[in-house]
Amino acid sequence: MSPPLPPRRKADPLALPRQALMPQGGRSRAALGLAAMAAQGRFALQICAACGAAQYPPRDVCHECLGTELPWRDVPTGAALLGETTVHLSGDTYFRVRTPWRTGLVALDCGPSAVAHVHPDVAPAGRARMSLRLDRSGQGVLLALPERDSPNMMDDPMIREMTCDPRGRRILVTDGRSAFGQEAARSLLAAGAAQVFLGIADGWKPFKGQDNLPGDAVQLDLTDATSVSELAAEFGGRIDIVVNTALHIRPGGPLDRRDLVSAREEMEVAYFGPLRLAQALGPTLRARAADGPYGACAWVNIHGIDALAPAPGFALTAAAQAAGLSLSQSLRTSLAPIRVLTAFVGPLEDEWHQAIPPPKVTPTALAAAIVRGLREGLEEITVGDIAMDVMRRWRDNPSTLARERAG
Amino acid sequence: MSRRAAYDGVVAAVPITIPYERYSIQTAHWWIGRALAETISRAGIRKRDIDGLCVSSFTLGPDTAVGLTQHLGMSPRWLDHIPMGGATGVVALRRAARAVQAGDADIVACVAGDTNGPDSFRALVAGFSRFAADATYPYGAAGPNGSFAILTDAYMRRYGATREDFGRICVAQRQNALSFPHALMKRKLTMEEYLAARMVSSPVALFDCVMPCAGAEAFLVMRDDTAASLGLASARVLSTIERHNAFPEDPIQLRGGWAQDMPELYAMAGITPAGIDLLQTYDDYPVIVMMQFEDLGFCAKGEGPDFVRSHDLTLAGDFPHNTSGGQLSVGQAGAAGGYLGMTEALRQITGAPLGPQVANARTALVSGFGMINYDRGLCSGAAILQAA
Repeated sequence: MSPPLPPRRKADPLALPRQALMPQGGRSRAALGLAAMAAQGRFALQICAACGAAQYPPRDVCHECLGTELPWRDVPTGAALLGETTVHLSGDTYFRVRTPWRTGLVALDCGPSAVAHVHPDVAPAGRARMSLRLDRSGQGVLLALPERDSPNMMDDPMIREMTCDPRGRRILVTDGRSAFGQEAARSLLAAGAAQVFLGIADGWKPFKGQDNLPGDAVQLDLTDATSVSELAAEFGGRIDIVVNTALHIRPGGPLDRRDLVSAREEMEVAYFGPLRLAQALGPTLRARAADGPYGACAWVNIHGIDALAPAPGFALTAAAQAAGLSLSQSLRTSLAPIRVLTAFVGPLEDEWHQAIPPPKVTPTALAAAIVRGLREGLEEITVGDIAMDVMRRWRDNPSTLARERAG
Repeated sequence: MSRRAAYDGVVAAVPITIPYERYSIQTAHWWIGRALAETISRAGIRKRDIDGLCVSSFTLGPDTAVGLTQHLGMSPRWLDHIPMGGATGVVALRRAARAVQAGDADIVACVAGDTNGPDSFRALVAGFSRFAADATYPYGAAGPNGSFAILTDAYMRRYGATREDFGRICVAQRQNALSFPHALMKRKLTMEEYLAARMVSSPVALFDCVMPCAGAEAFLVMRDDTAASLGLASARVLSTIERHNAFPEDPIQLRGGWAQDMPELYAMAGITPAGIDLLQTYDDYPVIVMMQFEDLGFCAKGEGPDFVRSHDLTLAGDFPHNTSGGQLSVGQAGAAGGYLGMTEALRQITGAPLGPQVANARTALVSGFGMINYDRGLCSGAAILQAA
């Protein structure tokens, strides 16, 4: 059984913070597929289309039949631990300050043997449940877990390196004016967050829920450079996770509007706002990424699924969402080792989607998905039936999707 | 039965070891060049008499054997570059022997050399192979220490070996090293010290690990009449084997390719393990030594622990093994580590040891093992040599 997470301690102002180094991130193109699967929380390996043999390490050619079509498919998570080591001495700058570190060779139930990180609660020579995780470099790695969840399993330092559990962490939720922001704050507090800063723009303007705000309200308007830099100056060093709930999704296609006002506003909220916030908070977050078990760890951006292909009713918003998505993708490199979690959402249950039939995404559903994504250390979540439907079609064929969505 | 032709009329001679250094500011080219110069001078030939060249090195990049020919001003008519780590010595001998036998070359110089700087080993490990970079280095970055620790753990569980059993191998080799002039580790090692050593990657502790260093090794392969005319003591090549990625279906490596080819090794030589006077195994970690005792037929699978408990592995013992002290005590000079057993065996059976002579040493078995490409060593090889 893992010991429970130690309580959060006040930082020693004289101690030099541990530098936010990363494990080696270089991978072959095939091995990048591990990260793509880990990002979604899937345990998938390459399976030869011709002979069905599972491949590991990732390959370009099947080790059985020399087939070259090796699509990624979900595989059983069972495995047996064949041999193990606890590394006490490592020449690598990331690992040498994190030893002892347990690794081992497992025989996967789907066939291959694999070197994996091994959770302390896996019994020696015992059975394990495999998962694919993102390590601090953002690459996909295998983690062997005990077959059944053990007490404090998620408190182990190794798995905490690979996840972004809100428990004990201080979190900025950017838009407390909306039900989505308020619900996210409430859920994060319920998940054990030490503190939630809830950003409120234009505080003088009344809004729904203002009398019952979860967390600590702070002034924040992502569209205002001064507001963003003031927030960063005052709270930047105390934020471990950023959950950007600022959404500005408005109906309308290119010819439905007579000017660029609305389109600009959408870009302000979906693209310039998070960019501003990243510029203001990013360096501090990165610098605090190895700051003990409660170090800074994640950045959540929410994108309308229209970012993948515009739907006619919301075509201009889709452009801003696509810009925001592109920013999220580049932030993944710029903010590393801070995890960037993108949450794709379908139509929201709000006043701007009245003309859209259900199913729609409720504030509770979105908040729950974000908490789960952080706990599991994911990089990509898709929330709601519509978003999942669009995502499946996009994975199947993006060009077809664009035409389908165009109606 | 094997239809492989014998290595009639082919001999190996002039074993050279350039004394190792923990760190060197010189390049692999420099170390290889020194070994070649020493070989030529010891053989009493001219550089242009060497018409075949076989090179192994991890730190020669971006050059290969090709670039070396120009760097060293040589014009060989036969050239090979063998990237097989600990199996290079045996494989170089095999390749060179056939080249000489077929007349493709008259005198082949086989040489391995590497330099070593303070960060060389970590850098080598980090980029060792595609599978290692993708699927082992990111897991604790312990390099071969970690990989062999996992195999050692599995071997111990399966066959009941203890750390003390591995200690017997390391302590005996250190004993041998005390009289080998070029060994980097010259302090006597006791079992107590071995067992109390700092854990590196459990169950592998400090004295289970080799010390990376710079150095070079070389030998010549030629016809027996050439050796005779040059007045060189030499050894005949009785048999050799080589195997890569053996037993891929084994979920974890508890045996090496020798287990697959051992019958042919002895059949071709016309002897049994009892006819071997001294054994040089590849010893980057003691677990792999124990596997070689088993897979080369000196004891049955799983009996390695009993074997080391009941034999004296020192120079003067009943089972002389890694008589120079092996890499565990002499140091691991990169690819030259794959030659160390070959040059030492040649010295012993031609009566020219650098330290004490193993009594009545006429026939030697040299074994090689190399390249933890991912979770296991892929290359294995062995050769039986006999004083000409």
